[in-house]
Amino acid sequence: MTTMTKPGEFAEDAAPAASDAFLSVRDLYVRFSTEDGIVKAVDGLSFDLERGRTLGIVGESGSGKSVTNLTVLGLHNPATTEVAGEILLDGQELTGASNRTLEKLRGDKVAMIFQDSLTALSPYYTVGRQIAEPYVKHRGVSKREGRERAIEMLEKVGIPQPRMRVDDYPHQFSGGMRQRAMIAMALVCNPDLLIADEPTTALDVTVQAQILDLLKDLQQEFGSAIILITHDLGVVSNVADDLLVMYAGRAVERGSVRELIREPQHPYTWGLLGSMPRLMSDVTEPLTPIPGAPPSLLSPPPGCAFHPRCGFTDLVGGGRCATERPELPDGRGSACHLTGEQKRSVFIETIQPRLG
Amino acid sequence: MSNDISLSKAPAAAAAGEPAGETLLQVSGLTKHFPVMGGFPFKRQVGTVQAVDGIDLTVRAAESFGLVGESGCGKSTTGRLITRLLEPTAGTVSYRGQDISHATRKELAPVRSEIQMIFQDPYSSLNPRQTVGTIIGGPMEINGINPPGGREKRVRELLETVGLNPEHFNRFPHEFSGGQRQRIGVARALALEPRLIVADEPVSALDVSIQAQVVNLLQQVQREMGIAFLFIAHDLAIVRHFSQRVAVMYLGKIVEVGDRDSIYQRPRHPYTHALLSAVPEVELEGEERERERIRLAGDVPSPINPPSGCRFRTRCWKAADKCAVEEPPLIRLAGAEEGHLTACHFPEEPTIAARDEDIVMDPALAALEDVSDRPQ
Repeated sequence: MTTMTKPGEFAEDAAPAASDAFLSVRDLYVRFSTEDGIVKAVDGLSFDLERGRTLGIVGESGSGKSVTNLTVLGLHNPATTEVAGEILLDGQELTGASNRTLEKLRGDKVAMIFQDSLTALSPYYTVGRQIAEPYVKHRGVSKREGRERAIEMLEKVGIPQPRMRVDDYPHQFSGGMRQRAMIAMALVCNPDLLIADEPTTALDVTVQAQILDLLKDLQQEFGSAIILITHDLGVVSNVADDLLVMYAGRAVERGSVRELIREPQHPYTWGLLGSMPRLMSDVTEPLTPIPGAPPSLLSPPPGCAFHPRCGFTDLVGGGRCATERPELPDGRGSACHLTGEQKRSVFIETIQPRLG
Repeated sequence: MSNDISLSKAPAAAAAGEPAGETLLQVSGLTKHFPVMGGFPFKRQVGTVQAVDGIDLTVRAAESFGLVGESGCGKSTTGRLITRLLEPTAGTVSYRGQDISHATRKELAPVRSEIQMIFQDPYSSLNPRQTVGTIIGGPMEINGINPPGGREKRVRELLETVGLNPEHFNRFPHEFSGGQRQRIGVARALALEPRLIVADEPVSALDVSIQAQVVNLLQQVQREMGIAFLFIAHDLAIVRHFSQRVAVMYLGKIVEVGDRDSIYQRPRHPYTHALLSAVPEVELEGEERERERIRLAGDVPSPINPPSGCRFRTRCWKAADKCAVEEPPLIRLAGAEEGHLTACHFPEEPTIAARDEDIVMDPALAALEDVSDRPQ
């Protein structure tokens, strides 16, 4: 379960939070300086993740979901990036950590699966060598043992004839097989935390189903915590335990998958649900898109960043949406000025019928 | 979004006195093989990519026909053959009774204004050095069309139809977001009042919330202007939302075609079952229903050396000896609705409800699930 502590409360909560949450992100700010100005890619984000759980982070492009996780791994460019806040991994602070500390973690305790397997794998080295590399480095085993481990992992992720394929280069693999090889590479050291950034977006739907089920089944075996980043609510609703919806660098809603799909509270989540045709929806009913486009992170709108696209600002009244930024409460909740009663009645009366 | 301006002009189909439902486009035995060159020092043909291999389909006037399949199944090539951006290796494409499969550039000119295309990538399909006005007005200029009030007025009307500010006439594509660019692409396709629009993955490059805007726009255009659509996409839910009839393609062949409901509710081909069961679906309150679970093994085989007989047999759980030898014809099976054709020797039951036992072909998944099942 993800919970949130307000920045001020952090000092008191630090000890218990560190003990039961494996990854704990507190009040994270990530800013890039660019020629056009400062991009506020992540703007005060907090979440917790326990071992063995899967957290789905959903949002459109530019919502800060990928940047958050690159920052966890320290993969941002330190020269142009300003990071504030705390990232505690198993009690270890990662925000100001040296490159050496991070290098020890990457591939061992924390691993990542990228979206585009063709660019994420090096074309110069065989698949087997790339899978074995973190194992050899972190476990200090010989190359031969690394190779054996790579074969074992390839078999686990379902590559046929792993003993032959281990010496293939990435271009000799199909898209689905490359993604499997990347999963093998990520899991080779039994990581405690696996970050999967749009792991199936580039894949066909039948292959996507295979890979998602594989991730789910492997998690049961390895017991890793998984962060699954995606723009597809359908994907996370089938795989994740908890959900975090991000918009313009901030979390706008959190809860368990069940809570969030059954009774979403934030107008942006309503918009996401209404934008997607589903296999069971009524085809005569037009989709209900979110008007407008996502804001520029160079100058996000004041107040609630979603207010220019929101159809419910009148219900709040007093122009609060444009001036006052709503906070995301602890646990299940949404960052919106609508009252709980309003959220419930708007969803049941207006939104749910349209989802058909 | 304003739309009354161009809609006040009579829809193209109605103007020609053509009743909806008449065949607009007839494709039969359409085949496209691309040569694979190799060898040294002299390049010669070493194989062929059988991108599209003998497909038949008809698109009726004012109808939306969906073409769905995974990457490499030949759906985009089909779209390009129909718009004659490619010339077919064999088979015919006839548009309103006229065979255009090998027509010359000159012969094609009048037809081209009636068949337009919307491309997938709104970044590369618009010329960055032209203003929006030039891009949308281009087709009119080439075809020598002078609408009353001038081309510029018409371009402004079109911009308004697709929900853009007509004042943005003089802007360049880079000044627009992805969704807005795709709207420019739609305006360009509408400029000549076409009867058929081939939309090749028109929304897959866009964000979810923007996708819905463009889908609604296309649907509005389709309904109100009576334009027939060939809607090509890999997203089954979007195709279902947009198309009255749907064809499912696999490795250059149509494996199943039929009305929307019969394809999505009563599929017969194992591949259609597998595709539908693979769609990750959000289940809302009161919708919990047991769907069948089918997980195929591996990827789509290469179209350079497609499997003999039925092309799906290498991934099919029902494959038998007959499938390797004999290619199943695309026919109406006993009990299927009219117009619902399936190419399979051993069709599945017409339901998508959960089975007694999941079908898991993937060896890794099967192994992992076997282990987790055992202790219970």
